[in-house]
Amino acid sequence: MSKTSLRTSPAEGGLGDEPLLAVEDLHVEFVTRAGIVRAVNGVSYSLNPGETLAVLGESGSGKSVTAQAIMGILDMPPARIPKGEIRFRGTDLLKLSDEARTQVRGQRISMIFQDALSALNPVFTVGWQISEMFRVHRGMNKRDAMAKAVELMDRVRIPAAKQRVNDYPHQFSGGMRQRIMIAMSIALDPEVLIADEPTTALDVTVQAQIMELLAELQRESNMGLILITHDLGVVADVADKIAVMYAGRIVENAPVYDIYRAPAHPYTKGLLESIPRVDQKGQELYAIKGLPPNLLDMPTGCAFHPRCPYRQDNCVTDAPPLYGISGARNSACHYWREVLDGDPR
Amino acid sequence: MATQGERILEVRDLVKHFPLTQGIMFKKQIGAIKAVDGVSFELNKGETLGIVGESGCGKSTLAKVLMALERPTSGSVVVNGRDMARAKGAELKRMRRNIQMVMQDPYTSLNPRMTVGDIVGEPFEIHTEVAPKGDRRRKVQELLEVVGLNPDHINRYPHQFSGGQRQRIGIARGLALQPEIIVCDEPVSALDVSIQAQVINLLERLQNEFGLAYIFIAHDLSVVRHISDRVAVMYLGKMVELGKDLEIYDRPAHPYTQALLSAVPVPDPEGRESRERIILQGDPPSPANPPSGCRFRTRCWKAQEICATEEPLLQIRPGTAHLSACHFAETHDVVHAG
Ligand SMILES: Nc1ncnc2c1ncn2[C@@H]1O[C@H](COP(=O)(O)OP(=O)(O)OP(=O)(O)O)[C@@H](O)[C@H]1O
Ligand SMILES: Nc1ncnc2c1ncn2[C@@H]1O[C@H](COP(=O)(O)OP(=O)(O)OP(=O)(O)O)[C@@H](O)[C@H]1O
Ligand code: SF4
Ligand code: SF4
Ligand SMILES: [Mg+2]
Ligand SMILES: [Mg+2]
Repeated sequence: MSKTSLRTSPAEGGLGDEPLLAVEDLHVEFVTRAGIVRAVNGVSYSLNPGETLAVLGESGSGKSVTAQAIMGILDMPPARIPKGEIRFRGTDLLKLSDEARTQVRGQRISMIFQDALSALNPVFTVGWQISEMFRVHRGMNKRDAMAKAVELMDRVRIPAAKQRVNDYPHQFSGGMRQRIMIAMSIALDPEVLIADEPTTALDVTVQAQIMELLAELQRESNMGLILITHDLGVVADVADKIAVMYAGRIVENAPVYDIYRAPAHPYTKGLLESIPRVDQKGQELYAIKGLPPNLLDMPTGCAFHPRCPYRQDNCVTDAPPLYGISGARNSACHYWREVLDGDPR
Repeated sequence: MATQGERILEVRDLVKHFPLTQGIMFKKQIGAIKAVDGVSFELNKGETLGIVGESGCGKSTLAKVLMALERPTSGSVVVNGRDMARAKGAELKRMRRNIQMVMQDPYTSLNPRMTVGDIVGEPFEIHTEVAPKGDRRRKVQELLEVVGLNPDHINRYPHQFSGGQRQRIGIARGLALQPEIIVCDEPVSALDVSIQAQVINLLERLQNEFGLAYIFIAHDLSVVRHISDRVAVMYLGKMVELGKDLEIYDRPAHPYTQALLSAVPVPDPEGRESRERIILQGDPPSPANPPSGCRFRTRCWKAQEICATEEPLLQIRPGTAHLSACHFAETHDVVHAG
């Protein structure tokens, strides 16, 4: 499939050193009856073609909301974006008209949703749902679009795709439905794919199939992949770089090898240490004490301070900036040196 | 962790089939979903048996039969020498007291309209002999304290607690009747990574304190390894391998176990390009119509003719020291290979 027809789209911007996608100082808040929920508080990350960025973090830390902002699918209100940029090939998506945004969404930047298993419509055949992409966005007739659907089902390894194209979602297993969702998300050859927990609900054997499939699709098309997950194993397996989120902020970002070798933020360190390890059997697991923060009543200073074993007095009053450690590494911790050196707490 | 305690549970040839029916007025049985199809194992006091296997292989059904929430189609569940599958009335009630359950989803498994006190104390309503009415509030507060919750929060509702705290409420309720066995069905799957470790530590502490035996069902194989003394691997209603944690993880003999272990992502990027991966092709067959002979043969790369005709029994195979159900069992360390 060629993208030439889209080259004139308004989102086409400058080239040079500009990454494929750059989120910069993004803020997203929700106006609720209980108050303003600051779900995303100055998030920055970037992605290059062919690269895999893993976004890790506690539940509720803003991973999905950031992704929804990139896709432009937040309901506004209650959501609003008081500050920030989302540049796709140099053009700030937040400044585009609705019409121009629609051209990007689903076509050039596309997403596999967290609750994908319930995202398929039960009353339409899977073939119809996949082919809709081609009918709506590519203006294909029914027959050609259906042929495309079969081709895609083949590509995501649905056995006997031709026979199964007229089956309904409930006739497929969880893993196969997830593959159908992937088929729909890659149908239009996106340049950026955001996968929000694409394998969380699946068995390890199916997870391995799906991750292999995503890696293959990425190799074929040089697509940039943002992988949102809790699974430190999956991240270690496929990521080029990692962004760790806590309470709506990036607390650490770094190339994958650096983080696993020596984390530079106490939250990252705690996460890595709480993985059960073979050589620690019978011992108590390391556990980050306390509870995730309440976004309506955030701790002062560093949001992690009530749970942090490295905390000093100034952490309670001064919010740490994202300190630069080396080229591609940052940590939002006043004491990143001590953490990085593995100083005892 | 006590490994060599006395036997408290013995499961023999346990079968649970769910009838598949057709017709609305006159239901006609046209087949059966063979959810659990001939499973045998035992459990000792203070021991943890981990159970792993793909979605739909029968883990939760097995748990429900052990809890006497489902009647087995055949086979026996012997608790302290008595067959629960045949027990009725007062005897069944007494036996049920001894096996409690902690469920997967801390968000839906607690009744939102009941206070924490009512939830944790509910088992006392059924088993009034354990705590007389006047004593209940104190007992419940004791239980909350045991699982690390504030006893003063006894009148709060589940939505006022976090996921990890709700899971603790479920555990407190499981402990109320002082059972010897707790069946944990995916007890930490729904929790945040940072909270998972807190709950696992709690389960281990309670085990040491009260000599509990656990049946621990989970799909996170590293968590299962951490907590289990022995591990059973299930596939399509059958146990295909059973052994000490080291035997299963370092010397798996069944091809399915090897595939399962090799699919677990290792939380360390070092050497990821050269890691051995067995990617299983296709999906598990339907439990309503399992393959003849070995149920894994439709996805097994080692299958021979005999695999279609003869069912491999769960037994000790040449060259291994634990039970496996494969005609061509052969140990192979997939985790450390490559
Ligand atoms: N429509 C909304 N109104 C109010 N708050 C919201 C809304 N959508 C999300 N939030 C809040 O924003 C925060 C970030 O949510 P988000 O879904 O991004 O978390 P996440 O990091 O993806 O977590 P998980 O790992 O559980 O998926 C949460 O505290 C959530 O409750
Ligand atoms: N009440 C029921 N009636 C009919 N079939 C059932 C019933 N309960 C379970 N089954 C079927 O029995 C099989 C085993 O289900 P079970 O819930 O025990 O699997 P599991 O191993 O716990 O899976 P998971 O990991 O997804 O929880 C499945 O095919 C399921 O659809
Ligand atoms: S800034 Fe202070 S409280 Fe925050 S993570 Fe660093 S040491 Fe801990
Ligand atoms: S018995 Fe045959 S089909 Fe079954 S696991 Fe062994 S080799 Fe594979
Ligand atoms: Mg999310
Ligand atoms: Mg289950």
